[in-house]
Amino acid sequence: MYLRNDQRPQGSRLSLRVAVVGGVGVALFAVLFFRLWNLQVLSGDEYLAEAQNNRTREFKVIAPRGDILDRNGEVLVDNRTSLALQLNTEKLPEDPAEERAELARVGDLAHMSLRQIRRTIAKGEEVAAGAPVTLRQDVGFDLIAYVEENQDEFPGVAVQRVFVRHYPDGTRAAHVLGSVGEVSEEELKQAEFKGLEPGDEVGKAGAEYSYDRFLRGEPGHTRIQVNALGQPTPGGQLVSEPPTPGNSLKLTIDGKVQAAGEGALGARGLPGAFISMNIDTGEILAMGSNPTYDPTELTPPMTQAQVNQLYRDPVLAPLVNRATEGAYPTGSIFKIITALAALENGVITPDTVVQDNGKIEVGGQPFENAGGVAHGAVELRRALQVSSDVYFYLLGLDMWKTNDLQEWAHKLGIGRPAGLDLPEEGETLLPSKAWHEQFVKEGLALEDRPWSAGDNIQLATGQGDLQTNPLQMAIAYAALGNGGKIVTPHVGLEVEDAAGRVLKEFSFGARRRIHIDPTFRTAILEGLHAAAQEGEGTAAGVFGGFPIEIAGKTGTAERPGHGDQSWFAALSPYPNPRIVTVATVEEGGFGAESAAPAVLDILEAIYDKQASAVSSAGGAE
Amino acid sequence: MTMYATRTRNARPEPFTVHVGIAERLGIAHLDWPLTLAAVSLIVFSVFTLGQATQNDVPGDPNYYLDRQAIYALLGIVGMFVLTRIDYSRFRELRVGIYTFLCASVSLVFVFGFAARGSRRSFELPFFSFQPSELGKLLLVLALAGFVIDGARRGSEVQRTIRYLCLGLAPAALVFLQPDLGTSMVYVVATLAVMYFGGVPWTHFAVIGGALVALVALVLVVAPAVGTPVLKGYQQERLTSFLSPHEHEAGAGYQQNQSVIATGAGQLTGRGDKATQTRLDFVPERHTDFIFAVIGERYGFMGAALVLFLYALLFWRALRITTLSKNSYGTLVAGGIAVALLFQTFVNVGMNLGIMPITGIPLPLMSYGGSSVVATFLAIGVLQSINVQAHLSQKGRFAW
Repeated sequence: MYLRNDQRPQGSRLSLRVAVVGGVGVALFAVLFFRLWNLQVLSGDEYLAEAQNNRTREFKVIAPRGDILDRNGEVLVDNRTSLALQLNTEKLPEDPAEERAELARVGDLAHMSLRQIRRTIAKGEEVAAGAPVTLRQDVGFDLIAYVEENQDEFPGVAVQRVFVRHYPDGTRAAHVLGSVGEVSEEELKQAEFKGLEPGDEVGKAGAEYSYDRFLRGEPGHTRIQVNALGQPTPGGQLVSEPPTPGNSLKLTIDGKVQAAGEGALGARGLPGAFISMNIDTGEILAMGSNPTYDPTELTPPMTQAQVNQLYRDPVLAPLVNRATEGAYPTGSIFKIITALAALENGVITPDTVVQDNGKIEVGGQPFENAGGVAHGAVELRRALQVSSDVYFYLLGLDMWKTNDLQEWAHKLGIGRPAGLDLPEEGETLLPSKAWHEQFVKEGLALEDRPWSAGDNIQLATGQGDLQTNPLQMAIAYAALGNGGKIVTPHVGLEVEDAAGRVLKEFSFGARRRIHIDPTFRTAILEGLHAAAQEGEGTAAGVFGGFPIEIAGKTGTAERPGHGDQSWFAALSPYPNPRIVTVATVEEGGFGAESAAPAVLDILEAIYDKQASAVSSAGGAE
Repeated sequence: MTMYATRTRNARPEPFTVHVGIAERLGIAHLDWPLTLAAVSLIVFSVFTLGQATQNDVPGDPNYYLDRQAIYALLGIVGMFVLTRIDYSRFRELRVGIYTFLCASVSLVFVFGFAARGSRRSFELPFFSFQPSELGKLLLVLALAGFVIDGARRGSEVQRTIRYLCLGLAPAALVFLQPDLGTSMVYVVATLAVMYFGGVPWTHFAVIGGALVALVALVLVVAPAVGTPVLKGYQQERLTSFLSPHEHEAGAGYQQNQSVIATGAGQLTGRGDKATQTRLDFVPERHTDFIFAVIGERYGFMGAALVLFLYALLFWRALRITTLSKNSYGTLVAGGIAVALLFQTFVNVGMNLGIMPITGIPLPLMSYGGSSVVATFLAIGVLQSINVQAHLSQKGRFAW
């Protein structure tokens, strides 16, 4: 190496070194150039899309759910806004220690322990993975300010303004209204929930479920330009699509009647149910089940005590709508079906007289009237008025070999789906020879014996294996009242927009029509009227002083392992009925003891007339 | 006609008698014009881009960065012309003083420095903050080239190589401790470049290269493994995250990811004022380290490629001056400056494009910052001086 500063550097040596550096320079610039080409020209589209995605955040604007009104426009359910402390678990820190620290900080805010928070998150993930989990509803405004100011400390935590269902009257019509909840993963896969996202609220039970598509609104969207910190930039609102609120649903329910029915059952403090329905249209005016619940309590988060009370009590089971999901023998209110079957099949005429000595014996087995009372010579009207069991035992015996009784019961809707517009419709059972044989074949019967006369005799008086509910009995009574139309029971009346304009009226035509001879119908109604309001009528003591004439029947069902279940079914007004009302009270004793007074309470509300006290006590069944 | 011919013959100047024209008086007669053009174009582009892209950065002062960068540019250009008129060879004589000043200034920040983001790199002066390590790049080249020329005949080749290395690495180490990893790397590269043009044998470079590889392995892999990390955590992460940007999307890789998205989104013709990536803070440090991404997004491939072309022109002219120099000192200085510029350009642009680690090296003449802009112009002034002196010495060859 010879370097002499006064000389020019050696040409060839230097040239080589300069050339090498030049070559390196060319190579490096080529790398940059081609990288730039690749980024901008070849894959520019992708990066542009990514940049677009980067700069905007889409915020969903939740649509308020439609209100639910009663037939007079009274609000049964509306919304209130609530501030919910929500946690987006996907945005929690990945580092477990940091996550823990954040959850602990969140816990301080929400007054929850770390364990409670983790459990809430786990539950939320079960319902809808990926949706923000609501830790606490109804937090204060100060909390929003705090979380927003310290967003760095709370990644994934947001205070959301949410709509919460509000029930102005607490428990009223709870079973009809149903409840809402987050859409489940299974539901998201179904066509009717298309377009929903995890975390969206849908109807889970009752009318909220059945009419969800009308009640559910369309969420709106706001696209906001944000900076790298995710903060909205000034004037950066790009698109705003306001939410479309859900439409209001008007129910056939009459709030006043509903309240009366619930009050009547609640006052007795026993489990039971009632239904009141228009016999021509199938519009349900009132329907309820006791014990009931406050749907507000179904709004998460629920306390363990609430869960236990609502879901885990097999006896009281407050969530069960006993009017449609119950499965009971009905006792004597079934007798109109037996009567119709016997009349229509020529077993008797309305004037056929039977000697009632208080009991009969079939195949060595005694069947007695209630209390062993002998009613003497009775024809149909009298048999219904005093509820002569012997009369109907004999009809059951006469129709034992045939399937006539079952056919008529089936025609009138016993033991088959009623087509109610609510999801809650329970299993029922109409015992028959065919069913019995199948039952025995499957080894389910306690004793291996053929279908006996006794079985049919039991059915003739609404006993035995019969399992039905107030709804089915109401439909059967309605058919008698309207002359043979099997109505479709429903609670949905019409859909209205926010301004009250009717958007859609629901029409529920008759499910089918059966032929009932008018003279038979008249005879039975006469018997029922006598039972309810004349002399020795079983319910005369209850309805004798009621200014509206009705036709009604008491029932006292024997349930193995339970006390007698009280029933009453009424068609009003007599003789041209428009409304059927059925009530039942578990362990309520005789029909006239608890179910009939409950029906009276309901009828008083319907007709806005009070019954005057009557002194004459009705006869026992 | 005849008179003209006669006058022409009679007026032929004597050889080496220089007719002093206005260009000479101003000292611009022998400037390397493409070099000047490239440098001035880049700073104009920088001022223009800052003016457009940083309007909302400083509340109440939309032209904050524009005004300041323009002032720095004017200062730098004046400084460049002043240096053009000075014979660079004097710096060789002042090498010890320059070197002392260099080491002193980069050391003094430890005492008086202004701490920004955990590192002390600059002095806070009344009008701007002065970062001595930026000017130090030029000072190191000027001093080290002097030492190389001066020590050319003392000691064995190995001794000389070690001496140069030590001289170069001492200020590099000081800068590294500020801590300023990127600038210290520029010092190392400039040192090696001066040695390279000074004729240090290839074999020595092979050994140095091997040692560098071993050092990098030691620093990045072995030292953290045995629990005595040399680099700070963020430095290590920055250096390695570019290898797997998606793993570090939220951390060190985030900046680079956003920078790559910004550049790519510019496509062929750029997004202009719709350039959201750089306008909405997705790209960090967009007026300094990531200004190339801003250019890429706003002006697209056309703008970014033009900038690359200007850097290539700058590098070519600088390298060309190494061969024109009237003496070896000029060759070494020009070589050191040329390689340092190439290195900084490649590392910064490569970082913006996601192919080089994040080292915090500014893009010469483009990134906002007075120290860097002025120091780079001064370096270009030195290059011009070498070019001017080569022409004045009448030994200049017209190569290339």
